[in-house]
Amino acid sequence: MGEVVWARAVLMLIRKGVDCGLTTAVTLASVIALVPLFSILLYVTYKGLGTVLTGGLSIFTELPPPPMVEGGGLGPAIVGTLIVVSIGAAISIPIGIMSAIYLSEFSAGEPIAYWIRFFTNVLAGVPSIIAGVFSFGLIVLTTKTFSAVAGGAALSVLMVPVITLATEEALRLVPQDMRQAAYGLGSTSLQTVTKVVLPTALPTIVTGITLAIARAAGETAPLIFTALFSQFYLPFDTEGPGALFNQPIASLSVLIYNFALVPFENQQKMAWAASLVLLGMVLISSIIARTATRRNM
Amino acid sequence: MPEEKTNTFSALTLWVRWVNIGFIYLTCTVSVAVALWVLAIISVLIHDAQAAFHHFGMAFLMSSSWNPLGNNGQGQYGILPQIYGTLVSSWLALLIAVPLGFGVAIFLTERWPLVPPGLQTLLAFLVELLAAIPSVVYGIWGIYVLIPALVPLTMWLHVHFSGIGIFSQPPTRPSMLVAGLVLAIMILPTVTSLAREALAAVPPDLRQGSMALGATRWETLIHIILPTARSGLVGSIMLGLARAMGETMAVAMVIGNSNRINISILQPASTIPSLLANQFAEASGLQVSALMYAAFILLIITLLTNIFAEVLIGRH
Repeated sequence: MGEVVWARAVLMLIRKGVDCGLTTAVTLASVIALVPLFSILLYVTYKGLGTVLTGGLSIFTELPPPPMVEGGGLGPAIVGTLIVVSIGAAISIPIGIMSAIYLSEFSAGEPIAYWIRFFTNVLAGVPSIIAGVFSFGLIVLTTKTFSAVAGGAALSVLMVPVITLATEEALRLVPQDMRQAAYGLGSTSLQTVTKVVLPTALPTIVTGITLAIARAAGETAPLIFTALFSQFYLPFDTEGPGALFNQPIASLSVLIYNFALVPFENQQKMAWAASLVLLGMVLISSIIARTATRRNM
Repeated sequence: MPEEKTNTFSALTLWVRWVNIGFIYLTCTVSVAVALWVLAIISVLIHDAQAAFHHFGMAFLMSSSWNPLGNNGQGQYGILPQIYGTLVSSWLALLIAVPLGFGVAIFLTERWPLVPPGLQTLLAFLVELLAAIPSVVYGIWGIYVLIPALVPLTMWLHVHFSGIGIFSQPPTRPSMLVAGLVLAIMILPTVTSLAREALAAVPPDLRQGSMALGATRWETLIHIILPTARSGLVGSIMLGLARAMGETMAVAMVIGNSNRINISILQPASTIPSLLANQFAEASGLQVSALMYAAFILLIITLLTNIFAEVLIGRH
C-alpha cells in the first residue's frame, strides 16, 4: 500500500515539475521575442538622433552628401518616398475599394467570390521583390527608363491585396439593417453603397489604407530596380510632370540600402538618420491606425 | 402633360438602373482583375524569361555558374547555390522562429494566475510591431549590431564543434547563420499571430473536459489543444516559410552574397531574392532573362507554399 502512495506522490511531483518547467519556457520565449524589437528601436534612435538633431531642419531639405563631406540631408529621399508611395496609393486605393465592394456587397452566393478572395490572399503572399521584377518587366523594359511610376506600380502590387481585404472586413462590419433601410427607401445599390455603406465604414477603411501605405513606405526591394535612386530632386522645372515617367527617383529605403554598405562614415550617418525618419514614419502611422481601430470596435 | 411627365420619369429611372447595373459589373470586373493579377505577374515573368528557358532549360536549376562573360561572351547562368541558400536560410529561420513563436502564442492564449490580461494584450501588440519595421532597417541593424554581437558565439561554435559540417569553416562576418537569425526575427510576428489564432479557435469545452478529468495545464495543451489546432499551426509554419523565402533586403545585406554552396552556415551564401536585388539594376541582355527565370522559380516556390498554407488555415 505504502509503495502505491509513494509512486503516486512521485508521479504527481513529476507532472507538476513538467508543468512549471514548460510555463517558465513560454514566459522566457515571450521575453526573448521582445529583445530584437527594443534593440532595434533603441539602436536606431541612438545612432540616428544625433545626426537629425545636429542637422536640424536642413536634414529634411538638403541633398545627400558625397563621400567624406560633412552635412547634407535627406531632402530628395523624403520627397521621393512621398511621391512613389502616393503613386502606389493612387493606383491601389480605387482598385482595392472597388474589389472589396464587389466581395462584400454584390457577391452573395456567388462561388466566384471564394476564388477571388483566395487569389487576393495569394497575391498578398507574392514576395515584394517579385513585385519589383513584375514592374521592371512591364514598365522599365517598355519605357527603357527607371521612373517614379515604375516604382509606384511595383508598390501597388503589394498594396492592392492589403487594401482589398481590409476594406472588405470594414464593409462587413456595417449592420445589415442600414442596407435594408436604404433599399426600403428606394435607393439603388449604387446609392446604398456610396451614401450609406461607405461613409459608415470609412474610419475602418482609412485605417486599412494607412497600414498599407505605412508598409509600402518601408519597402525597398520593389524600388531598387524600378525607381532606382537619385542624388537630386526630380527636375520638374525642366521636365514638367514627365519627370515622373522618365527619371530615376530617390527614396528613404533605397538610400539606407546604398549608404549602409559604403565605407564612408558621413554616408553611414545619413543611413542611420534615414532609418530613424523612416522607422518613425512607419511605426507612428501603424500605431495610430491600430489604436484607432481598436477604439472603433 | 401627364404623359410627358411619366416619360421623363421612366427615362430617368431607366438611366439610373443602367448606371446601377454598370456599377455592379464594374466592381465585379475589378475584383476579378485583382484575382487574375497573379497570373499577369506569372505571364510577364515567363515572357521575359523565354531566352533563358531556351538557352539553359532545366540545367539552370542544377548549375552553379553565374558568369556574364562565360559561354563565349553570351553569359552562362545557373542558380543552384541560390536555391540551396533560399531553402537553408528559411529553414534555419523556421528552426528558431517556430518554437519561439509557438511559445509566445501559448503565453498569449492561456490564462495565467500572475499575468494580467492587459500585459498579454501589450505583448501581442509589441510582437505585431516587429512586422511593421522595414526590411532595410533589419538589414542595417543586422550589419552594425547583430553581426558584431554574434562574433563570440560563432567563434565558439567553430572552435568547439568544427567536426560538425555546418560549423566546419572559420566564421565570416556576413553569413548564412546571420541571415537565418534575421529572418527568424522577421517571421516571428507571422508565426505568432497565426498560431495564436489557431489556438484561440479551439473550443473551450475541450479544455474544460480535459481539466475536469484531472489533466494539468500542459497535459491539456500537449494532448488536446495543440493536436486540435494542428492544421492552423502547420499553416502558420508554412506562411512563415513563404515569407522567409521571399524576404529580400535584410538578407541581401547580411548574407554575404557568395555564389557557391558551402555546407558551413558560418560562411557567406546567397539566395534567389538577394541575387535579384544585387543584379537587376545593372543587368542587360541574356542576364535579364536569366534573372527573370530565377524570379519565376522563386515565385512558383513561394506561391505553392502560400497556397498550401491558405488551404490549411482555411480562412475564406
